[in-house]
Amino acid sequence: MCPKPLENVTGRGARDGAALFKNWFSDLTETANADERAAYVYVMGSMAEVLRVFDMPMVFPEINSLQTAVRHVSLDYLNEAEDYGYSPDICGYVKADVSVQLQNGKHPLGRIPKPSIAVLTNACNTYLKWAEIWERMYSIPMFTLDIPATREAGHPSRPGEKQFEIDKQYVQGQIGELIETCENISAKKFDMNKLTEVLGYVNKMTRGWERILELNKSTPSLFNALTEGTIYLGVANAFRGTAAGAKFFTDLVEELEYKTAQGIGTLVDEKYRLCFIGVPCYPIFRRFNEMFSEWGGTFVTSTYLQFATGGMNLGFQYDLENPLESLAEGVLISVRDAMDSMFNPELSVLKMIDDFNLDGIIYHPIKSCRTVSTGLADNRRYIMENRDIPTLFVESDMMDPRVVSEAQMKNRIDAFFEGLSSRRARKIKAKDMEKI
Amino acid sequence: MPYAAGVDVGSTQTKAVIINEEKKIVARSLIDTGANVIKAAEKAYLLALNAEKLREEEIEYVVGTGYGRYKVTFGNTQVTEISCHGRGAITMFPGTQTVLDMGGQDTKAIRVNETGEIIDFCMNDKCAAGTGRFLGAASTALDIPIDKLGPTALTSQKPVRISTTCTVFAETEVLSWLGKGKKIQDILMGVHLSIASRSAALLRRVGINEEVTFTGGVAKNLGMVSVLNEKLGLKVNVSDDSPYMGALGAALFGLDHIFASRTPVLQGRTL
Repeated sequence: MCPKPLENVTGRGARDGAALFKNWFSDLTETANADERAAYVYVMGSMAEVLRVFDMPMVFPEINSLQTAVRHVSLDYLNEAEDYGYSPDICGYVKADVSVQLQNGKHPLGRIPKPSIAVLTNACNTYLKWAEIWERMYSIPMFTLDIPATREAGHPSRPGEKQFEIDKQYVQGQIGELIETCENISAKKFDMNKLTEVLGYVNKMTRGWERILELNKSTPSLFNALTEGTIYLGVANAFRGTAAGAKFFTDLVEELEYKTAQGIGTLVDEKYRLCFIGVPCYPIFRRFNEMFSEWGGTFVTSTYLQFATGGMNLGFQYDLENPLESLAEGVLISVRDAMDSMFNPELSVLKMIDDFNLDGIIYHPIKSCRTVSTGLADNRRYIMENRDIPTLFVESDMMDPRVVSEAQMKNRIDAFFEGLSSRRARKIKAKDMEKI
Repeated sequence: MPYAAGVDVGSTQTKAVIINEEKKIVARSLIDTGANVIKAAEKAYLLALNAEKLREEEIEYVVGTGYGRYKVTFGNTQVTEISCHGRGAITMFPGTQTVLDMGGQDTKAIRVNETGEIIDFCMNDKCAAGTGRFLGAASTALDIPIDKLGPTALTSQKPVRISTTCTVFAETEVLSWLGKGKKIQDILMGVHLSIASRSAALLRRVGINEEVTFTGGVAKNLGMVSVLNEKLGLKVNVSDDSPYMGALGAALFGLDHIFASRTPVLQGRTL
């Protein structure tokens, strides 16, 4: 049976995502202009589930910063922070945010409210030093949720195991402390029913996220993990635990299932299926992708879609009958996985090679983030030693246009595709010879 | 007889090579690139044509390579110099597994398979340390012509240690060693050793597999060949045509196009 035709369904996710984002920044601007404050949180473990119960607006400084790069003004922000005394070697996200704070919230998408609290996890070591800046600037509380990491790479403890249950209790205790802190800041009582409602929305979003990643295994691929994927990723973070977020992902699954049925790919002529490892090159976000799509290459998956959603890819579903304990379990499993996919990308990539029928893997280490970049060379070597798949190492930055050289990048990317092309031609020739 | 040409527009020099269908070089030229990249490509190509008194119509396919490959306006297509150096090296030295291309502003380590297909590569980033430009800075500071750098360095008995990795600061460091009374040949050998160390590090990233073929303009420098042999513990392949390896590779890709476009014929053969 043919699927029912859906009006304007193709590209709806990108359009709706952009509109949601615009509204979100408008709301943040209103909050700032009313001199109200927001919780400052990060993508790897935002704890939106708790903060939404207290109706706290949320600011994602990582997203604010990358938006300055996408809008080609990051250098102005970086320069301001460097003039203030920050080193050129410090994380570009941190410096752009410092500059936003120094300019009283001025941002290309509106105005960013000041923080009432900083909530962070240990998923990134810079989070800690970054939040300390706001703590000093605004005398706000800083809440660090310590997530026990996987003890042995590739073998995370599982529910029911002694180690897991100890870790879960440890996380649950901290969530209790976070709730108390939020009660003090907001002067509101914690509401379990509201938490259950929020967790229900997160469940819908998480199911949707897991499904869309799965759907992109199809040939041709349905969305570009780097470009469209980043829009979806933004909604996954900024609207986590909301009705709007749940609707977005329900609609997106519908769109992608429609595209699957119709055979509509993200590229007209998909030649090479690629995996992206690292954080995108935001200063030339579109151009970076074009350098691959010009050759018929498309990013069908990435580790960014795993770690930058705080591990939503696992599709963890909260038990709404047992919200607090289940929240602790979900946060432990998901944030731990975010760390694993960042520090040991080879574990998920080895599986992706077959699942996504990959032709190549692109590593993008970035100058200003040691957390995601350290170890990528070893990871690449490991993949090359264990699988016969071409890889490319292309270095730049996620924020700083001073270390992004488009000509050098293009040279490497072109050479990579020349290799892919001759490799494919050789394989076709070998098959033809076999037939003879 | 059909000919194919490769024009390699590098940051410092532009090279053109013309080959026949037996893959033999019949003409070559090398000029400074200068400020006008389009003109440099045209001039190098015309010089190569004139060298063998060939007419433009006799060249069936032209491939541009190098940083200025898109400025080879008369070319039929473009291929990166990474692929071209790999292809050129494997053709000239069929046992090649690793290529070290040292040019004016970048150094590349390239690992190839037996057909010249690129398996892996890496190059210097954002900085000209470990490239020909580093030698250029020493040449200026010591007032010694480029072609005398290698032979002078080879007379060194006690090389100094150049610690800077910055080409701009290298000049300052060279002058400071001069100020300390060090011999010119010892300073120059220090410069060569510094470049060789960075090149060896690049090569290690792709894997140093024998045979290693040394290409690019700096391969003409006997001092560099000597220190590389010592540093790598093997004898690198070099040829008088090493600086033309990129252009040769480009011409070989051109020849592929010529052969691919021909209609297969049985030439009268039957079962």
